[in-house]
Amino acid sequence: MLSRPIIEARAIHKSFGPLKVLDGVDLVVAERELVFIIGPSGSGKSTLLRCLNRLEEPTSGHIVVDGIDVLAHRTDINALRRRIGMVFQSFNLYPHMTALGNVALALRRVVGLRRRDAEERARSALARVGLADKADAYPAQLSGGQQQRVAIARAVALEPRVMLFDEPTSALDPELVGSVLRVMRQLREGGMTMVVVSHEMEFARAAADRVLFMDGGRVIEQGPPDCLFGAPKSDRLRAFLRSLERH
Amino acid sequence: MSGWELFLFSFLNLRVIAEYLPSIAAGFLLTVQLAALIIASGLALGLLLAVLRSLGSLVLSFAIVLFVDLFRAIPPLVLIVLLYFGLPNLGFAPSGFVCTWVVLALVLAAFAEEIVWAGILSVPRGQWEAARSTGLGFFATLRCVVLPQALRLAIAPLTNRTIAITKGTALGSVVAVSEILAQASAGVSFSSNPSPLTLGALAYLVLFAPMVLLARRIERRFAWRR
Ligand SMILES: Nc1ncnc2c1ncn2[C@@H]1O[C@H](COP(=O)(O)OP(=O)(O)OP(=O)(O)O)[C@@H](O)[C@H]1O
Ligand SMILES: [Mg+2]
Repeated sequence: MLSRPIIEARAIHKSFGPLKVLDGVDLVVAERELVFIIGPSGSGKSTLLRCLNRLEEPTSGHIVVDGIDVLAHRTDINALRRRIGMVFQSFNLYPHMTALGNVALALRRVVGLRRRDAEERARSALARVGLADKADAYPAQLSGGQQQRVAIARAVALEPRVMLFDEPTSALDPELVGSVLRVMRQLREGGMTMVVVSHEMEFARAAADRVLFMDGGRVIEQGPPDCLFGAPKSDRLRAFLRSLERH
Repeated sequence: MSGWELFLFSFLNLRVIAEYLPSIAAGFLLTVQLAALIIASGLALGLLLAVLRSLGSLVLSFAIVLFVDLFRAIPPLVLIVLLYFGLPNLGFAPSGFVCTWVVLALVLAAFAEEIVWAGILSVPRGQWEAARSTGLGFFATLRCVVLPQALRLAIAPLTNRTIAITKGTALGSVVAVSEILAQASAGVSFSSNPSPLTLGALAYLVLFAPMVLLARRIERRFAWRR
């Protein structure tokens, strides 16, 4: 990898009281790289992702995103978060706003655009996820797949340097998964740096540069998808892959 | 006189009503002012307290809960009388109007804080996280994302409480506030006829019926499509 890292997280530890959730995780992501994170439930995948934009405060460690120290107290965390898009399993759209309102909110309040400019940019972001005609729909009037694409548009409209996805398709009916993965693939082709927690193995095989397998708060194994899936080295990864096949 | 005539003479005595209409109208205007002050300051303070509580400071939250429980537990009349007759001993003698205003505003604030706080708590954590992850600050998130959802839930109990507490303006009659009830009672004593009370009841209806209707309209406006 020649390009400089956008994310450089070193020795991340995180405990919730006595519960050790992250136990010295390193994650370095290069520009334009798509990193996949897999692992059993409770292995700390979400927590790791949430540490990267400080939704969760690590107990110790260093995180630098796009050259900015995430954990330093003098860092303007709101300015930084704007550059780190995040997409959640449960969409988390604002139910009292239209799709357009959802996307435009941060453009107005964080970027500081005037209403007209914010809405114009929001419209083009919605168009990019194939929802130009749903701008005036409320979240409850949209399917799960459409809601998740609005959520992606909401993050992408801020022109982030990196996008974090936490199980973006696992709350969706199977027939709606494809529409979200298509948008993610499109983002990837546009050169977006992405960290994706997901168990969509086919997508990982086709699009990921690297797959990380986490268990018990540690990265057990990592490498290109073909190596990891084709020739898993650790017993734990073998067991995990078998458990996925069974479903 | 038949029973019906006696009833009309007592409760709908046009001569008495005509005589006391001006004083009850004056009481009506005073009550409107008092009610407006109570509603504006009580709701504003209640909202402010709920916002302060959401900051998550233990000391602040404890103080707010203490205030809320105190003002929800003690009957407003007791507080009004206490202020009106107690404060002069401290060299400070607010009018009955001010005492009634302050007490009812604080009581409304206490209830409003609880209602709004419950609304804030009911907004899922994911809403906060989504907004914060796009770079919105704490207060922007509260204002643009959380409060609109919280208030939508709060609006019905809030209007009910507001109406109930605002009707407590009648308590002002005890501490020399010439509001509707005080004027009506004075009319009853002077004329030895209860018709002014009928007029008073009508005045309350004129005051509160629009509030109830307004509450319904607000409820409808706040209901976004689900
Ligand atoms: N705020 C919290 N307080 C206490 N414990 C927490 C908190 N958040 C997460 N945990 C615990 O941390 C552990 C790791 O959680 P995390 O959500 O990171 O796992 P995950 O790998 O994303 O799992 P899943 O695949 O189920 O989403 C779990 O045991 C969870 O119960
Ligand atoms: Mg998770």
